[in-house]
Amino acid sequence: MTEIVAVSLLNGIVYGLLLFMLTSGLTLIFSMMGVLNFAHASVFMLGAYLSFQLGRWIGFWPALVTAPILCGLIGAAIERYGLRYVHRSGHVAEILFTFGLAYVIEELVTMAWGRNAVANSVPPSIDFALFSLFGSSFPAYKGLMMVISVAMFAFLYVALRSTRIGLVIQAALTHPEMTSALGHDVPGVFVLVFALGSALAGLAGVIGGFMLLTQPTLAQAIGPIVFVVVVVGGLGSLAGAFIASMLIGVLQTFAVAIDYSLADVLRAGGVAVARGSLLYDFVSIKVSTVAPIVPYLLLVLTLVVRPRGLLGKRDV
Amino acid sequence: MADVAPRLRDPSPAIALRDLHKSFGATSIIRGVTLDVACAERHAIIGPNGAGKSTLFNMISGCERPTSGSIRLLGDDVTGLAPHVIHRRGLARSFQVTNVFPRLSVFENVRCAVLWSCGYRYSCWRNVARLRDANDRAERVLEQIRLAPRRDVQAGVLTYAELRALEIGMTIAGGARVILLDEPTAGMSRAEAGAAVELIRAVSRDRTLVMVEHDMGVVFDLADRISVLVRGAILATDTPANIRANEAVRSAYLGGGHARRR
Amino acid sequence: MSGRAIAGLGVRGRHWAFDWPMRHRGWLATFAALVLLPLVPGLNSDFGRSLLTQMAIAAVFALSYNVLFGQTGLLSFGHAVYFGIGGYAAIHLMRAVNHGLALPMPFVPLAGAIAGVAFGALFGALTTRRAGTIFALITLGIGELAYAAAFMLPNLFGGEEGVTASRTRAPEVLGIGLASQIAVYYVVAAWAFVAALSMRAFTATPVGRMCNAVRDNPQRAAFVGYDPRIVRLVACCVSGLFAGLAGGLHAINYEIVAADSLGALRSGGVLLMTCIGGAGHFAGPVLGAMVLTWLEASLSGYTSAWLLYLGLFFMVIVVFAPRGVAGLIAMHAPVVRTPAFARVLLAYVVAAAPAGVTMGGLVALIEMSYRVSTQPELGTKMRIAGIAVDAASSASWVGAVFVATAGFVAFRATWRVVAAAWTLAEEQSRAVKGTSSS
Repeated sequence: MTEIVAVSLLNGIVYGLLLFMLTSGLTLIFSMMGVLNFAHASVFMLGAYLSFQLGRWIGFWPALVTAPILCGLIGAAIERYGLRYVHRSGHVAEILFTFGLAYVIEELVTMAWGRNAVANSVPPSIDFALFSLFGSSFPAYKGLMMVISVAMFAFLYVALRSTRIGLVIQAALTHPEMTSALGHDVPGVFVLVFALGSALAGLAGVIGGFMLLTQPTLAQAIGPIVFVVVVVGGLGSLAGAFIASMLIGVLQTFAVAIDYSLADVLRAGGVAVARGSLLYDFVSIKVSTVAPIVPYLLLVLTLVVRPRGLLGKRDV
Repeated sequence: MADVAPRLRDPSPAIALRDLHKSFGATSIIRGVTLDVACAERHAIIGPNGAGKSTLFNMISGCERPTSGSIRLLGDDVTGLAPHVIHRRGLARSFQVTNVFPRLSVFENVRCAVLWSCGYRYSCWRNVARLRDANDRAERVLEQIRLAPRRDVQAGVLTYAELRALEIGMTIAGGARVILLDEPTAGMSRAEAGAAVELIRAVSRDRTLVMVEHDMGVVFDLADRISVLVRGAILATDTPANIRANEAVRSAYLGGGHARRR
Repeated sequence: MSGRAIAGLGVRGRHWAFDWPMRHRGWLATFAALVLLPLVPGLNSDFGRSLLTQMAIAAVFALSYNVLFGQTGLLSFGHAVYFGIGGYAAIHLMRAVNHGLALPMPFVPLAGAIAGVAFGALFGALTTRRAGTIFALITLGIGELAYAAAFMLPNLFGGEEGVTASRTRAPEVLGIGLASQIAVYYVVAAWAFVAALSMRAFTATPVGRMCNAVRDNPQRAAFVGYDPRIVRLVACCVSGLFAGLAGGLHAINYEIVAADSLGALRSGGVLLMTCIGGAGHFAGPVLGAMVLTWLEASLSGYTSAWLLYLGLFFMVIVVFAPRGVAGLIAMHAPVVRTPAFARVLLAYVVAAAPAGVTMGGLVALIEMSYRVSTQPELGTKMRIAGIAVDAASSASWVGAVFVATAGFVAFRATWRVVAAAWTLAEEQSRAVKGTSSS
């Protein structure tokens, strides 16, 4: 029993940190520009594919550095040549633009690498076991991911709160004309923010590409969960995103490990439900089957109990 | 020029604030405001910037919840109620930053403001074009605010003065007995402000009016009583003549060159 | 609608028998079109009628979406949930009719509407606690939840294969049956017409107008006495009702409802239809639904890059024509009667040629890439618009890049021509307005 708890807890933390890595860039872009970037998970996917391709050509460690940079450049281009013309039409238009962009990126990825998953396997340099917990080994790449994730959190926390550029960006968000009149390059700042957010997504993609299957539907699969993290954690709150990611990561991982259903509990209590009835469908669902929708159940719970989110401050 | 003394129909106050406090985190904005505004009175609230006038309005109209203290409107406790509930109890307010429905026409804006008070609520089986009472009421308000020639123009393209007039129109259209006007003449030229004052005088004839204003000419012209709010507390509440003569007020606000004189 | 413009031209002075049809001529024309279209040569085949049926269903769905989006300002990424739930409700009712329940098939879509409004109320109550961006994300989450639930409750949702029923195995009631595609079309078209009329009427109700008010300024709406949450909830209910109705129509048309009917692809699809058509005009979503249904039916068979083209088209609309196709058409209204309009049209023709060439080059590049990466088993030789290319030869690639670039350069040069024509037309229209209003 303790094995299952310990292993699940560890895996849950790893998964939660992966979710946080992905959400952090989104939170950065949203906090600073007010744009909800629907294509964020798509850039994550691009990071996975690019690291796969670059890894083949120049090796993993150079790819770890260049793939995020490439994603950052792509983000800069998206803002400079696309999103910039949409800001004037309002937030809804921005969301729609990035929504369309997500479709397009998915198709471009298919165009380049095909519809099937690519063999994005863990490079040997980080595929050794760091330690062993109750018989299951903890690979080094997961450790690397944890380090990167925590580093992201620290970096963003500092960047958003205290640096001068962080303050300029915050000013530009609410008073772009004034900030511009004071001599700051507001459009340039927006490009920088979008590029940084995209680079973070790309970095998450490099590691995430090993842990999840690198295929064109990757963005579709993980995107909604990222948005749930944002809602549960509270819009604009980095710490909230962190807590929400961990919560979802741990809960979902534990759920996968529980192979019992409500019907089992009832049976233990002497109650049997007739097969083929609607109620049977309901109570015979194993908790492990429900695991993929744990984030959405948490979303509904948050809405009922605390619509603002855990640490939410802004009302959009 | 002051009006004759207002006829006090109802001895109990229209608005009664008791020891209101409001803090945002550690910052205390309103520190213990106690005030009575009598029925059918025109009451002005003046004070330097940052005194908390807008916060006070926000609390009375339901946008903000007081940290402590109570607010009574026409005898009922409305502390902490939602804005739409407070409106239904008889209070309407205008905003410092113009707050209309930009994509609807001027006429539609005013008609939306009368729908609830005409009793139509969330009706989804009537056609607004056929609601005779709502349409007539809206037309009359439009005449009163002199925007009838612009009735089909989208509110978003009106001039500033027209927007302020529409703002006032929407505030009184619902027939609220208590009106809050937040800096109604801000940004207006002398002529425009004069027209606005006449409009306010006309629409507040049998209603209780509370307004925040920086223009002392308007204040002394319209108000029956004035309250001076300084750093979250009321320094003095009195008739315009007494306020003008009040030493403490002069040093805190009037004499210090904060106000515009006409 | 243009009826109001007609009324303004002085129809009031005419006889009442002429007045009413003129004021409602848009609706009468639509009614006539709905009745006559399936008999028009070209559309009088089963395929044509099936296409028209699909368009009608999509139109109702898109109109229901616009009640939320264009009218109340609520962006939803999970609208297909109501469509799917309505579809499932209807298909189960169909099964009951198959087993003897005495209900005429044409009334089955009502079950979809009822299910739609019920869940509109339920999910609406949950989701309207927040507005704006958060509302959009919540709808996304609920959409995923519903889609997953469809696989977890096989008795209700039929799992992977979905639930089937027959629209013909019904007791004979009033002689109404749905044996042929044209009968199905007329039933669907009748429902669609009624739905569109109702939604149009809804925009003119007090709560309908307050939906617009809440969209524009929720704070102000509260200060005129309306609780923005309740207004949004009503919008969710109305929207859910008609989306559920569309789902019910889908059920009787296809005789099968599966999890894809409430999936993310369908939710995204209706969003695209509404935005491409134009959310600011009542007929915009209908236009978008028709265009997209037709494009999907005709293009998806020819190219595996169909979604890419759709996505790019959508992005172009968002950036360059945020009011959608309906907005583009409406933009021409003031200049249609000016003499310079002919010049505008000519300018469009001049610009269209290089635009077409550019697109041809891009299409060639895209199609060749797709062939190489997704269908290598078909070889590398293919025909694009009749021209033979070989994805394996660099000549084809270089040629495509050259064509696209040259076309784009020429296209840019034509922008001046279009702009000049438009300036002239606008001047003329202003002059006309100036003289007529004096």
